[in-house]
Amino acid sequence: MIEPGSEAPAFTLPDHRGEDVSLSSFRGRKLMLCFYPNDFSPVCGDQLSVYQEVRPQIAEAGAELVGISTDGSWAHNAFRKQLGLEMTLLSDFHPKGEVTRAYGAYIEERGHPNRSLVLVDEQGIVRWVHESPSPLEIPGANLIFDALDQVSQ
Amino acid sequence: MADLRSAAVPPIGPTDHVRGSGPEAILYLDLACPRCAAEWPMVKRLGLRLCVRHFPLAAKRPRSLALHAAAEAAALQRADGFWALWDSIYADHGHLDDPHLWERARRLGLELTRFDADRRSEVVAARVQADFRGGIRAGVAGTPTAFIGGERIAGDLLASLESEVPL
Repeated sequence: MIEPGSEAPAFTLPDHRGEDVSLSSFRGRKLMLCFYPNDFSPVCGDQLSVYQEVRPQIAEAGAELVGISTDGSWAHNAFRKQLGLEMTLLSDFHPKGEVTRAYGAYIEERGHPNRSLVLVDEQGIVRWVHESPSPLEIPGANLIFDALDQVSQ
Repeated sequence: MADLRSAAVPPIGPTDHVRGSGPEAILYLDLACPRCAAEWPMVKRLGLRLCVRHFPLAAKRPRSLALHAAAEAAALQRADGFWALWDSIYADHGHLDDPHLWERARRLGLELTRFDADRRSEVVAARVQADFRGGIRAGVAGTPTAFIGGERIAGDLLASLESEVPL
């Protein structure tokens, strides 16, 4: 997993609409990257649904939450609609998992991201990371607020 | 801004909905969650003191907030109104729209105009949100989630609750 204090690896990935989104477009804002294993899996659905409910409070804390998995843009689009998600979902589909690997969040033997959170600050520096002990374990949204509070102090 | 940083699960208090006797379990449930509906008939029969809290995932399940607010509104009219509506919703998960709620309320003998005003009131919304925030702070990340002795249960919820019941 990438270490806090490192520069966040640059990326440009298509979002759920197929439009390119770059890390640099988040400069000046905090970015919470949420790497998750699979669109439509029950556990990932629970995780993103809970984060959706506190999305306004994450925004109030000055951060944007963005999901990343190795699913394609079309799948992301359908997944968002199914769960009523409003967050941007980025597709690390081709070359598969390249960005996820750069953040140290890829599980090679499974071929998908581990459930991980990475907080990038306004200057593009990684300030906090969390990696789930297993893909089945969901980091509660409380951890996001702990991290945002810790970084703002 | 509401504080959503980590905190222990709130202990059972006077405003909580509690029933049964035995070891205490605090459950965060979503009235529109199919898995909660499937497990509730078994969970409610266990010899436990059950405290249920609102954890509506509103974006995922568009009827969630309305159902939780309805249960609180029923509680404002009848001492047993909360549990009567709660059980009724989980017992028949195929009828969750407003006309179905009115019919359920009518069968419970609730006064409908007041029921409708109450379930849309700020007091009721705040009550539901307070539970939700407490759950978020305690790390609830899906439903159903249960706490026993302040600790969140991982894995099979029903099996873990059953293991708490004294033999």
